[in-house]
Amino acid sequence: MASKVLHAIYRDDDLLLQAVKQIREARYHIGEIYCPFPVHGLDKAMGLAPTRLAITSFLYGLVGLSVAIAMMNFIMIEDWPQDIGGKPSFSFFQNMPAFVPIMFELTVFFAAHLMVITFYMRSRLWPFKSAENPDVRTTDDVFLMEVDAANHNIDDLTDFLYKTGASEIKLIE
Amino acid sequence: MVVGAIGLIYGFIAAPDTVEEVKEMMASEHHGEGHAADDAAEIHVEQLPGETVEVEDVQGYESEVAHTEGEQHAEAGHGEEASHENEHYEHILHQLQNKPWAALYVAAFFFFMISLGVLAFYAIQYAAQAGWSPVLFRVMEAITAYLLPGGIIVFVLLVLSGLHLNHLFVWMDPEVVAHDEIIQAKTAYLNVPFFLIRAAIYLGGWAFFRHLLRKNSIKMDDATDLTYFKKNFKLAAGFLVFFIVTESMMSWDWIMSLDPHWFSTLFGWFVFASLFVSGITTIAIMSIYLKKRGYLEFVNDSHIHDLAKFMFGISIFWTYLWFSQFMLIWYSNIPEEVVYFIQRMEDYPILFFGMLVTNFIFPVLLLMNSDYKRVNWFVIMTGIVILIGHYLNVYVLVMPATVGESWFIGIPEISAVLLFAGLFTFIVFNSLTKAPLLVKGNPFIKESKHYHY
Repeated sequence: MASKVLHAIYRDDDLLLQAVKQIREARYHIGEIYCPFPVHGLDKAMGLAPTRLAITSFLYGLVGLSVAIAMMNFIMIEDWPQDIGGKPSFSFFQNMPAFVPIMFELTVFFAAHLMVITFYMRSRLWPFKSAENPDVRTTDDVFLMEVDAANHNIDDLTDFLYKTGASEIKLIE
Repeated sequence: MVVGAIGLIYGFIAAPDTVEEVKEMMASEHHGEGHAADDAAEIHVEQLPGETVEVEDVQGYESEVAHTEGEQHAEAGHGEEASHENEHYEHILHQLQNKPWAALYVAAFFFFMISLGVLAFYAIQYAAQAGWSPVLFRVMEAITAYLLPGGIIVFVLLVLSGLHLNHLFVWMDPEVVAHDEIIQAKTAYLNVPFFLIRAAIYLGGWAFFRHLLRKNSIKMDDATDLTYFKKNFKLAAGFLVFFIVTESMMSWDWIMSLDPHWFSTLFGWFVFASLFVSGITTIAIMSIYLKKRGYLEFVNDSHIHDLAKFMFGISIFWTYLWFSQFMLIWYSNIPEEVVYFIQRMEDYPILFFGMLVTNFIFPVLLLMNSDYKRVNWFVIMTGIVILIGHYLNVYVLVMPATVGESWFIGIPEISAVLLFAGLFTFIVFNSLTKAPLLVKGNPFIKESKHYHY
């Protein structure tokens, strides 16, 4: 690695959250945090930009809705109109209520699946990818914070991190 | 702490507030009375073919007016006129006579249902031991204060129907029942005494639970341990069980039986969704209003955000039930069921489909964005549209069966709404002044104050 980083390990999510605030106040740069579970409010404390996933999800939903409308219109109205229960399928509008469940389901289907795929692509995750987390314990019960050493004094930084409640600190060259 | 003092200060400031409310209420009441005569006069000029009916339509809809023409009413009711035309006119006349009554009934029920919905929401907070909401408890309690007076008004209207002073419920008319086998088969359930007894049980039960919950909540302010909290927890759980059964039966009795031939098995849920979302919307609007006036500084945007989430979610839930009920009946097209919707689609197209816009599309689009749920005026605006939408919902539930195609939203409807809105705000704000605006002794109050989404 080009620059040095410190791996500080915390054992409690509240402690971690507090530490994140102190570290950012002291103008150190946090590279990444590995957690065994999502910590509420951590993204805001770290100052990450708000996610745009919701917007993509909304757009995917609209795509799903349009696909459902086009699909039902083609299948039920244009290609093969049938008389179902005394309701001849010659007009989309008059048969629309019967298509609402499909429209709804496809909206949800598109929004959910495409959103998950987008998330994977954005986070550079794919099947069989080897894990990136530096310490296996972060999949169990500890939180690991990666702090850029940059051009700070390593000893000062280490002391400071211990003060914020870190239980172990490792220097990675 | 300080909050208790603020509550007291509020009490002083609210005094002129409530007097204003009284004035507003009186004004709207006046309105109602003033126009009752106009309305009756209109009926006179518009359609009066025969003399038989001439006398008795002057019946205003104010319950205070003495109804002396009871017998005439009964005699004219669904009589056996020879002339077909006369019959038709009489039919319309009956609908128009029903109209002010129905307008009153819709408005009375609407405001009653708001406080009932809030009570259910309040009980859920206790039963779930919710940590975010205790700062809003006093607002909720104040809204439920309207439960008893509002319930009594609805009950009085039902009694008046039972006494044949109005014809909201066709099955109450013995002549109709005599010629109607379907209603005859239902008389074991649909008969006036049992109907009123049931109504008394629902209302009595709800008011009783409300009274105990409120009493314990006040006592909790001075309590040193959790006894009253535990009591309220149990009470709330008990209330919810009682509520979900009685609410469902209430909706069959008070609304579905207006169309005694028709039935829907999810009707109770449908009405529940409507009252729940109206209740939550009212909590949100009131909290924002009080916060703006500086009385609820412990309520932050996260609380409003959560209420807005509920408004959003329950609006979708309402639409889901609306559509589930509509689509199955529309699709199967069974005559005995589908008449209900045919009548609504043909006679009330704007309201029937307009409801979908106000109650679904509008809240969904406006409250979808997480940030908008924190913008207070956005929530207020959406809330007002939702409330109007759910008033229309009740209107479309009640009106087709009572006034049929001769509907319009005119002076009686609007003045009835104003009357009950005045009464509602008067009672609710009056009740707000009676206790500090922040509950004490609730173990979750600290969590609630610090609540941050």
